Amino acid sequence: MTGTLLKLEGLTKAYPGVVANDNVSFEIQKGEIHALLGENGAGKSTLVKTIYGLVKPDTGRMELNAAEFIPPEPRAARAAGVAMVFQHFSLFDALNVAENIALGMENPPPQRQVAARVREVSEKYGLPLDPDRIVGDLSAGERQRVEIIRCLLQDPKLLIMDEPTSVLTPQEVQILFQTLRQLSEEGTAILYISHKLEEIRALCENATVLRLGAVVGTCDPRETSARDMAEMMVGASLHVPEKATADTGETVLALKALSAPAPHQFGTALKDLNITVQTGEVLGIGGVAGNGQDELVAALSGEMKTAAGMVELRGTPVGQLAPNARRAMGLLAAPEERMGHAAAPDMSLTENAVMTGVTRKSLAQRGFLKWKEAKAFAEDVISTFDVRTPGPENAARSLSGGNLQKFVIGREILQDPDVFVVNQPTWGVDAAAAAAIRQAILDLAAKGAAVICISQDLDELMEISDRFAALNEGRLSEPRPAAGLTVEEIGLMLGGAHDMEAAHA
Amino acid sequence: MLRLEKRPQPSRAWTFATPLLAVALTMVFGGILFAALGKNPIGVIRTIFLDPLFSEFSWFYRPQLLIKGAPLVLIAIGLSFGFRAGIWNIGAEGQYIVGAICGAAAGLALYPAETRLIFPLMVLAGALGGWAWAMIPGVLRVKFGTNEILVSLMLVYVAEQLLASMALGLLRNPDGLGFPGSRNLAQWSSSANNELIAGSGMHWGVVAAFIAVIFAYVALSRHIFGFQVKLSGQSPRAATFAGINPGRLILICMGLSGALAGLAGLFEVTGPSGQISIDFNVGYGFTAIIVAFLGRLHPIGILLAGGLMALTYIGGEIAQSNLGLPAAAIQMLQGMLLFFLLAVDVLTNYRIRIGQGAAA
Repeated sequence: MTGTLLKLEGLTKAYPGVVANDNVSFEIQKGEIHALLGENGAGKSTLVKTIYGLVKPDTGRMELNAAEFIPPEPRAARAAGVAMVFQHFSLFDALNVAENIALGMENPPPQRQVAARVREVSEKYGLPLDPDRIVGDLSAGERQRVEIIRCLLQDPKLLIMDEPTSVLTPQEVQILFQTLRQLSEEGTAILYISHKLEEIRALCENATVLRLGAVVGTCDPRETSARDMAEMMVGASLHVPEKATADTGETVLALKALSAPAPHQFGTALKDLNITVQTGEVLGIGGVAGNGQDELVAALSGEMKTAAGMVELRGTPVGQLAPNARRAMGLLAAPEERMGHAAAPDMSLTENAVMTGVTRKSLAQRGFLKWKEAKAFAEDVISTFDVRTPGPENAARSLSGGNLQKFVIGREILQDPDVFVVNQPTWGVDAAAAAAIRQAILDLAAKGAAVICISQDLDELMEISDRFAALNEGRLSEPRPAAGLTVEEIGLMLGGAHDMEAAHA
Repeated sequence: MLRLEKRPQPSRAWTFATPLLAVALTMVFGGILFAALGKNPIGVIRTIFLDPLFSEFSWFYRPQLLIKGAPLVLIAIGLSFGFRAGIWNIGAEGQYIVGAICGAAAGLALYPAETRLIFPLMVLAGALGGWAWAMIPGVLRVKFGTNEILVSLMLVYVAEQLLASMALGLLRNPDGLGFPGSRNLAQWSSSANNELIAGSGMHWGVVAAFIAVIFAYVALSRHIFGFQVKLSGQSPRAATFAGINPGRLILICMGLSGALAGLAGLFEVTGPSGQISIDFNVGYGFTAIIVAFLGRLHPIGILLAGGLMALTYIGGEIAQSNLGLPAAAIQMLQGMLLFFLLAVDVLTNYRIRIGQGAAA
């Protein structure tokens, strides 16, 4: 059960203007759980895509079981025993589990046999899954199980997992970890990609840290502190956002029995949400993706209208108002998806500044846009929030994820909102930018605004929230003070393991 | 191996260069087509693209350029708003016909009164007619989610039947000895849309086209309406987030393109065509779609593209009568122009790399 499974030697891959992987070498032993650590853009994805046959390296070589390994395409990698669970699932909502799994097979056996194999594997590894269920009805954790079982059916020697826990509740994470440990004991090596350091400390035996495409260190995560690993990743000491204790005052925003039907077939209906938010406080709303986050933001921003009294701003019903009317009253929002929702990718930053700023920044006079003022506003956002771009005339899509997110958040914050609703403020953003964004949110609250921060990153919510509530299947839990909440309690608020705890009992 | 690589942002130089490249490619492949038909390719290309402007009869052809170009530009400007916003009105031909019918009917109802007020009334009726015809697909899309491409296109054929019925029935000239077609509007001083300067080809439709170009230019570059149109076309979700009501925008864009197409129909039927006849429409509404894209949906571009299309119409007629080229060959040439434009369009957003590389 020992011996080297995969050996990487001097892998280099350059794209125009950026070296994604720079002379990367490391080894994975048989049955080992090996962590690959690094910030966004450190080259983790390119590296695993190379192993999975999606990317051809410019130079360097790989060995699998001491034999030359150059997979020209994923099919060859799968045949050699490499399987991968992607961060973003590739499943068809309208098909059932067995059909989805059969679709990914080279020569799928009859449906009934696939279903039987799915049942068998899911029982063996404690991953309960009914092969006949429609994928569109599954929770994110269950969908991930479909992907994992799809991989396990190939009997892999190496299982690559890209950010697997970002969509799971703490209890579901525990179930996943037990499965991974069981696999490892049976001799399957696991390459585990994540930036959640505590998880890596709990699970992995070895870690390779990437920064700017190069290996900057290896460590045993069980014996290295999370802070040391983070600094290895970032290459500098980290700035931790500071929370000034602001006085929370009067109620600015109130949701009163907010209910709304699902906007589309696989959306989530909002069910009887009641909550108030005070000036100067950050209300954190946690929850696994797809439990009504998008719908809640839409109901607050005005993209989805509700009965007038369901949303009240300083006692005035605003549920029936369009987005710009709400902006005029001081209710601003920043949705999760940057490209194509919060910002238009092909338009310039100036135009993107006009997009939501036109009302409060009075960037139009009798319908005619004041481009000079708009450009000045965009420049203001760029300089205040340290957005790295040559200038406001550049298209939004030319910015990196973190920079565009800083622009999107900064655009709203510089409009002095009374209430600011933000969904996944630091999703896919590097650590330095994430710290800056969290600090900006905290500063905004300190100045007396009310902030609702919706996120799947529990660490983030614990860091910035005053009160915490959980969104689960379109219902909002009773908010509780964030200080003193344990991970266990939060997990239960998030709906536990969605009734799957029995799996490993 | 050739491979495409996405540019970080659209190339400005290629935005301007692609229409020229498309015209050049059309000339080359058009030449090959004409050679295959047994004609001298260079001679035909010269006849189509240069003779209307520089031959000994160009005094006759040059005004034709304005007469043929004006309706194309007027319709294309209206379409460009919708196309930018992702609203596909393919039925401008029908709106053009209905605009002409309504405008002509409004005038003929008052025949033979002699007053200057009749022509403005007809213009208004023409615009309203086109607007109303475009509202049918617009309202159906907003209320019931029907596909405006199909509905607007099918309404063209309805409009053509309506035109035939009008030319043979309600609007038929009572003094016309039973011939189909209405009274001649160009010869009735109250409704005549004659040349404003003799021999120039400049009639009210040309004036309207130029006004539309200026209006569209200002709206798109400076007004919030133009901004909303662009934003809706690029990312519908971002547009909703920015507070734009998609249904309202659909109705405005459909209405605008319908009204301008109706105007073009009215100016045509009171001027160059002169009467409502079964086949007074010559496909301007469809050709305007090519003009709109050839002009990159930009007002100035549309103005130039309208001129170019008018040129191929006139040059094509010359080539037909002088060189015996089939009419279909000319239509092929116009089709090629759109095809090549769409094909080389990829260069605006992508660059071509030659050599080995992995697909990432």
